[in-house]
Amino acid sequence: MSATIIIWSVSIAQILLALAMVAATLRLIKGPRAQDRVLALDTFYVNAMLMMLTFGIRTGGELYFEAALIIAVLGFVGTVALAKFLMRGEVIE
Amino acid sequence: MIAPGDLPLWAAIIVGALTIGGAAFTLVGSFGLWRLRSFYDRVHTPTLGTSLGTVLIIVASMICFTVLESRVILQELLIFVFVSVTTPVTLMLLARAALYRDRAEGNASVPPADPQPILKAREAEPDA
Amino acid sequence: MRRLFPFPLLTLGLLGMWLLLNQTVALGHILLGGAVATGAGLAMAALKPQKPKIGKPLAVLRLLGIVATDVIRSNFAVAGIAIQGKRRKQTSGFMTVPIDMQNRYGLAILSIIMTATPGTVWLNFDAGSGRLLIHVLDLKDEQAWIDIIKNRYERLLMEIFQ
Repeated sequence: MSATIIIWSVSIAQILLALAMVAATLRLIKGPRAQDRVLALDTFYVNAMLMMLTFGIRTGGELYFEAALIIAVLGFVGTVALAKFLMRGEVIE
Repeated sequence: MIAPGDLPLWAAIIVGALTIGGAAFTLVGSFGLWRLRSFYDRVHTPTLGTSLGTVLIIVASMICFTVLESRVILQELLIFVFVSVTTPVTLMLLARAALYRDRAEGNASVPPADPQPILKAREAEPDA
Repeated sequence: MRRLFPFPLLTLGLLGMWLLLNQTVALGHILLGGAVATGAGLAMAALKPQKPKIGKPLAVLRLLGIVATDVIRSNFAVAGIAIQGKRRKQTSGFMTVPIDMQNRYGLAILSIIMTATPGTVWLNFDAGSGRLLIHVLDLKDEQAWIDIIKNRYERLLMEIFQ
């Protein structure tokens, strides 16, 4: 019984998260400006991190947690670098 | 190997509800990113995913693993701390970059830069 | 004691993070993590940052409670706006808030609180004039937002970081 509940609810959550990633991708493609695309990429990273956590709940695997942590860290660093680039046109001054 | 099917019924219901709730908030946030009009409106909505969306899914994960392994698992708290500290930094940097770009292009819909820093610099010069 | 642990909160936080990542409270890990955390505290002291003075733990708890309730409430408010999308009349806009707080750590915490709360984004703070520029998604009443920022957050933060 509880296996059915977990599989179904996590599947629904993963569909919702996949739709969220689609919305972020649409904004990433459409733009219209560079800052919109960077914001969409950052949102995409967060959605992917949450997706990893739901995979962890689904399978009971602990490794997904570490993957989620790494995605969070890389997403932060990437977005900061891109925002810095937008501000001045170069990453390292 | 442990499997989530071994969860007691009450825990399965709580974990499932929290996961769906968190995913729904994240979806609404990303949906707003797609639907809202201007960049400055859109910058608000991803915080749905990083605040309540992340918190609900993390709590679900903590309950799931704590019950499964019969010991307190709190490592997910690290993700919560990290996300809640870094998201404001990225959003602030992005919004400021957008403001800078709009001002540089002379876009009239954004407020002009404060004149104070330039005046201050001029006043400071004689002392230097 | 003070010389070995110049930033006790930072050292404790790092030790906690070490134990969480390793998922253990074994003595060996406490010693190893403690050594790393102490080293990091000493390295931080070499940078000579201005030392924060955190007083009134009760005020810290009250601030945490206020922020948690505000985040949850504005999550629902912003979710409503996001679902309505383009059909909704545009009410967003920029506004400036006068800020009296001088303490850098207080300002940093205020910026994190405001940006982490859906609906407000911190844009620019001018330390000379104390004017803070923010963007608000639901800007119907400017005075209400100023009241929220000044009375709910700034006063408590000024109590915490005198």
